[in-house]
Amino acid sequence: MTYIAKPKLHHPGLPTNKLGFTRRDYEGRISTLCAGCGHDSISAALIQACFELDIEPHRVAKLSGIGCSSKTPDYFLGQSHGFNSVHGRMPSVLTGANLANRQMIYLGVSGDGDSASIGLGQFAHCMRRGVNMVYICENNGVYGLTKGQFSATADKGSKAKGGAINPDSPIDMVSLALLMGATFVARSFSGDKKQLVPLIKAAIAHRGAAVLDVISPCVTFNNHAGSTKSFDFVRDHNEAVNKLDFVPAKKEITVDYEPGTTEVVRQHDGSLIKLAKLRPDYDPSDRTAALTYLQEREAAGEVVTGLLYINAEAKDLHEHLNTVDAPLNRMNEDELCPGVDMLETINGEYR
Amino acid sequence: MQPISAVNDFVVKFANVNGSGSASANELFARSVLRMGVPVASRNIFPSNIQGLPTWYEVRISGDGWLGRRGGVDLMVAMNPQTWDKDVAEIDKGGYLLYDSTRPIPASKFRKDVTPLPVPLTEICNTAYSDPRQRQLFKNIIYLGALAFVLDMDLEAVKWLIAEQFESKKKLIAPNLQALDFGYDYAKEHLKGVCGLKVKHADKVGDRIFIGGNDAAGLGAVYGGATVCAWYPITPSTSLAEAFTKHCKRFRVDPVTKKNKFAIVQAEDEIAAIGMVLGANWNGARAFTATSGPGISLMQELFGFSYYAEIPAVVFDIQRGGPSTGMPTRTQQSDLMLAAYSGHGDTKHVLLFPEDPREAFEFAATAFDLAERLQTLVLVMLDLDIGMNDWLCKPLAWDKDRKYDRGKVMTAEELEAGKEFGRYLDVDGDAIPYRTLPGTHPSKGAYFTRGSSHDRYARYSEDGGVYVEVMQRLLQKFETAKTLVPKPILHRAKEAAKFGALYYGSTSAAMDEALAALDGQGLHVDALRVRAFPFAEEVVEFINAHEQVFVVEQNRDAQLQKMIVNECAIDPARFISILHYDGTPVTARFIIKAIADRMNIGKAREAAE
Repeated sequence: MTYIAKPKLHHPGLPTNKLGFTRRDYEGRISTLCAGCGHDSISAALIQACFELDIEPHRVAKLSGIGCSSKTPDYFLGQSHGFNSVHGRMPSVLTGANLANRQMIYLGVSGDGDSASIGLGQFAHCMRRGVNMVYICENNGVYGLTKGQFSATADKGSKAKGGAINPDSPIDMVSLALLMGATFVARSFSGDKKQLVPLIKAAIAHRGAAVLDVISPCVTFNNHAGSTKSFDFVRDHNEAVNKLDFVPAKKEITVDYEPGTTEVVRQHDGSLIKLAKLRPDYDPSDRTAALTYLQEREAAGEVVTGLLYINAEAKDLHEHLNTVDAPLNRMNEDELCPGVDMLETINGEYR
Repeated sequence: MQPISAVNDFVVKFANVNGSGSASANELFARSVLRMGVPVASRNIFPSNIQGLPTWYEVRISGDGWLGRRGGVDLMVAMNPQTWDKDVAEIDKGGYLLYDSTRPIPASKFRKDVTPLPVPLTEICNTAYSDPRQRQLFKNIIYLGALAFVLDMDLEAVKWLIAEQFESKKKLIAPNLQALDFGYDYAKEHLKGVCGLKVKHADKVGDRIFIGGNDAAGLGAVYGGATVCAWYPITPSTSLAEAFTKHCKRFRVDPVTKKNKFAIVQAEDEIAAIGMVLGANWNGARAFTATSGPGISLMQELFGFSYYAEIPAVVFDIQRGGPSTGMPTRTQQSDLMLAAYSGHGDTKHVLLFPEDPREAFEFAATAFDLAERLQTLVLVMLDLDIGMNDWLCKPLAWDKDRKYDRGKVMTAEELEAGKEFGRYLDVDGDAIPYRTLPGTHPSKGAYFTRGSSHDRYARYSEDGGVYVEVMQRLLQKFETAKTLVPKPILHRAKEAAKFGALYYGSTSAAMDEALAALDGQGLHVDALRVRAFPFAEEVVEFINAHEQVFVVEQNRDAQLQKMIVNECAIDPARFISILHYDGTPVTARFIIKAIADRMNIGKAREAAE
């Protein structure tokens, strides 16, 4: 459908946000993905989240790797700079971009092929470093662009469209993210916008590496009976640990909640995450318990979703490196070059 | 057999065991000679190992100021029993052998044509020190003291240097001076008048400095405005990233906030390192990585991305012996073709060839200007010889009015004023488009960077014509690069010459000496030092002006020569390759012989005809 140009005219009655932008202003080009693709729902959720958070689109940089998921940054936030890098290397490219200018919002979009196979190393290392970013893994368990091979997140025993049974153990992106030191870890489902949008908002507000593993069924190659990444399977097995409401820092914050069943987490920017506990014993601030819980419930066949772990006090790579507050990319000779007189001194030291 | 007599013109080689603390004593020796105003060229020859294997340090003392390896050894300081036979065999006829004579060594282990300089180092140490570590470390200072006497050196110069070296650990000064005296006094008593090699005060050093190439390049990156460094440890490039870190800590910490105006990340591998470099440059920071051959192999995919999506990047390649793991601690110039055409598809990258640490400093800074001006990858091709050895070179220079060339970056004001923006649009006719940095303007100038085919507005396109247009512009941009990269430097022979010689990088030191010697023999060769790829017009003109052209390289496959044949469409028969690639730096003797042999054959043939 890409030959149809997207009309630029807006309906005059479209609601605007505080910046005067409509939701349309956060859209990108028309998607070239298959009709009904889960990834398009995630793009829509990203658009919704940025619109509702009153984010200036040009303050966002969106980076991706290679694959169906990595094509999507062209389909949202058309006024943001995008970087469709090479296979599995989005995390390093994003890390570099972030080092250059710490004042922007970085969205890293990747898939299970991009993140769990060729890019597993970079996925792990950007978590370790605490790169301030939202890392969205659009997880469908299958290689779409090459037509249906299993990916590394496909469950053992799950069935391919052609009937082959996957013999290999899956890589669980959220457990891995937890082990590698990610400070915001969530899982969601592309078909559950109510859960996904507030999670994206909270992830954007988070300082540090925020990972969203979003199960996003591939309607063409992995949406059949026997697949554990199909719409039907995920709907039937989706077990959310909590229900989330995000309250941005700018709003006057008045939160009503019932102690015991609701928890409120305040992030460094003053924003609040209101968590309705669906599993009363689940504590998203306890990393060790989260890991155990995930192992247990997944062994029982559940797809655990929700905000699984958060460290609201986390520090990011820039704080670890003690970099200046101003973006490094703005600096010039005056700030960076020690100058000709100093060079004389240096020369003297080598005589 | 006549023992060698020489003043300010000989080679001392130290044979040590690595991890024994010899390096600082040996360097002290080299610096002491420099302090006496006599030029030295020093080189480390070391194994890929931390402790226990043989290591050598070669110091060429050259009153004439020749800085290449000379070849041959006049005095061997043989401190490693493992390599004794080989070390003794390497000494020139009439040379000298300084060794630890504590234990008797059979006469068969010596040579009749080499004068022994026995010093009972272990015995002196065991008498003076009880701590095993001290016994080991001071042994090095004691042989330095003995050397100072036998070579008639200025003991005060050595002492002054020791005092400077331990300025921050003052309590170490006295024991070191004492050890120095032990060696000096022993030699004074037992080795008087035995050695014909002398170091005599001169004034041939001038204002030159003694610095390593990686250190200088790291400083050049600081001067050149690099703020992001992402790297992965690999010999022989590691010390460049470490030098950058050291200089940043000194010059780039905000005095008020104590925060860093730099970000250095040790990446998980070379692929991540170059990924970070591209990300940072895309976002407008000057970023670089330093690596060696194996790292270049790994980075190729993103090199191609830099070329095609037109993202500035700077990479220092400290070349070592290849292929594969090759010889990690030996030098070569064998990454040229890999670097020049790195990446799949039709790619070409800008290469710079510094000749010494001074030029490594200069080209490091220039590389950032070129990368941003041309919006492409620039590789600075150092090698282990320049990178990991201290070289005597002219002082580092910086123009006080120098401004960074940040290239064509469209500003928010320009966008606001309605200036047309097409990311890959050639508006100035130099094939260099404008870019915008992320976050510049709320509604104008955003674009999508991709490694897949795109049109002049950065839109995805699989149209053959659109693809060809971009690829042709990239070729044209490379023509623009030709006019911006450092020009080659011509060295004319004393008399009109039919022969020419091309060379580059660290070969320079040996080449200067070889050219002077050849001139002296009546063998006149004009020479051109190539300093960059793409090749400037002057390279072609030089080749056309000579009947035959020697190409002196430190690799097996004559890589520069083949690139010239390819790029400049020149008949390969015009060239005569002179190739030195055993992992040691090329010597003047090697070049002189290779060129003289060819030229004399030619002369004999002419005479016969």
